[in-house]
Amino acid sequence: MSAYRITGETGEWEVIVGLEVHAQIVSQSKLFSGASAEYGGEPNTHVSLVDAGFPGMLPVLNRECVAQAVRTGLGLRAQINLFSRFDRKNYFYADLPTGYQISQFEHPIVGKGAVEIELSDGEVRHIGVTRMHMEQDAGKSIHDQDPTRSFIDLNRAGVALMEIVSEPDIRSPEEAGAYLRKLRQILRYLGTCDGNMEEGSMRADVNVSVRREGEEGYRTRCEIKNVNSVRFVMQAIEVEAQRQVDIWESGGEIDQETRLFDHVKSETRSLRTKEDAHDYRYFPEPDLLPLVIEQSWVDELKAALPELPEDKRARLEKEYGVSRYESGVLTAEQSVADFYETVARGADARLATNWILGDFFAALNRTGRSIEDSPVSAEALRELLALISDSTINGKIAKEVLEDMVETGERASVIVDRKGLRQVTDTGAIEAAINDILAANADKVAEYKSGKDKLFGFFVGQTMKAMKGKANPAMVNELLKKLLAS
Amino acid sequence: MSLDAKTVAKMARLARVGLSDEQVHTYQKEMQGIIGWVDQLNEVDVTDVPPMIGTGLAQPRLRDDQVTDGNCREKVLSNAPDREGPFYTVPKVVE
Repeated sequence: MSAYRITGETGEWEVIVGLEVHAQIVSQSKLFSGASAEYGGEPNTHVSLVDAGFPGMLPVLNRECVAQAVRTGLGLRAQINLFSRFDRKNYFYADLPTGYQISQFEHPIVGKGAVEIELSDGEVRHIGVTRMHMEQDAGKSIHDQDPTRSFIDLNRAGVALMEIVSEPDIRSPEEAGAYLRKLRQILRYLGTCDGNMEEGSMRADVNVSVRREGEEGYRTRCEIKNVNSVRFVMQAIEVEAQRQVDIWESGGEIDQETRLFDHVKSETRSLRTKEDAHDYRYFPEPDLLPLVIEQSWVDELKAALPELPEDKRARLEKEYGVSRYESGVLTAEQSVADFYETVARGADARLATNWILGDFFAALNRTGRSIEDSPVSAEALRELLALISDSTINGKIAKEVLEDMVETGERASVIVDRKGLRQVTDTGAIEAAINDILAANADKVAEYKSGKDKLFGFFVGQTMKAMKGKANPAMVNELLKKLLAS
Repeated sequence: MSLDAKTVAKMARLARVGLSDEQVHTYQKEMQGIIGWVDQLNEVDVTDVPPMIGTGLAQPRLRDDQVTDGNCREKVLSNAPDREGPFYTVPKVVE
């Protein structure tokens, strides 16, 4: 693939991107308190006095959140640090009641790892993961309820997050999109984050800088905060890189600063200009002892990990003979892969693949349903395919049966009986139909015999029509050839 | 280590504490005294001694992942100087 470049007036520029992804950990309760971590809820009800920063309240670490962080680290094939520690990151904001966020600064629980991404042309790249740590989320500020005041809801305050920091290995918007999607897929497979970007379960800070083609080292970067969709991340990189190129080319300098992406105007703008915004004065959290975990526990968690997307993909290719492209679609979501395997196991795998990727997905699209609430269960689809395999119905009729299944929820065999759709394999009946067609189209028969081969399709169509689509197509072909030759 | 007025002013700003020039001067002197006293620790050679942030023996107590708290909005909002229904309110902050 040709590398992504921004063409300026003075030459070609390369884009350097690193992502910090905040992913909400799936857990019942918060990182340091027993309040519910569930999304939503009445304002300020999923809040304990710990989360609200009342004096004397002490944080107590949630074991499951640690386990989730370790699982994620293992899924990123990263180093797990048996010793890690919490630090205070100090800043003032209305939705941060304590005036500090408990985070892991110097000693994160997860060290170096990597994420394998695949680009649209099939090229595979590895994006390095620098580190991953646990930290608390902040509350939510609501600005549009009152002209002079902001309203604060602390339901999200204290919910556990993982911050996954990538190396500056990303070189294009496409790679950033692929990285985010892959990360989301891995987290969803692991069950450590639901990846729901609309609800803010995953959001990214995007670090962007540019340099001239062939240049060594990095130039000053800007950080675009809190971008909450894959598409916006890709757009933000594009416009921010262009902005920087324009500034460098006109002889200006880039200030290291935090910016915000406005997707309506498709621009980034400076967010915190205050000179001290980044002076977080980290220090070890005095309310928590360092976290020391046992290798044996890590091994236990590792043994219980689900099959990861890449492994599943390779296995599907091997076991069911699906193509690289097909395995990518089938493993995009674990639920799709599970559905596929339920259908394909013990059935004609090729048939299952074609039907699921074709008519079945089309039916889901048409009805606006997802695989989780599919109108047709995997077992029901398998039964339909079995009817094709044993020649009870042909493929064309099967499409009609599937539509009926989507509508009525009835089993394929019931529909076939109700509508009388059984395939006709009776040679006599098919021959009779063909003879009628040939007799009624004597002129076309003569043309065919004088060399107009294309007319064969016409005869097939007429025969199928006469038999209401129920004739066995292979037999129609065979008998037509025989009768036309006679 | 000496502490200049600029540093004192910066610390005050970071802590969102407003200080007059006169107060900066006062605190500069007082804090310089504290730092000077603590500076005595620099006389101890701590080369190759890792910072101590725990005894190394104690383990943090971990919680099971259960919802055991929350649903106490009135308590949570009890100290709010200005509330609106179920919310805390603050002077408008928009960036």
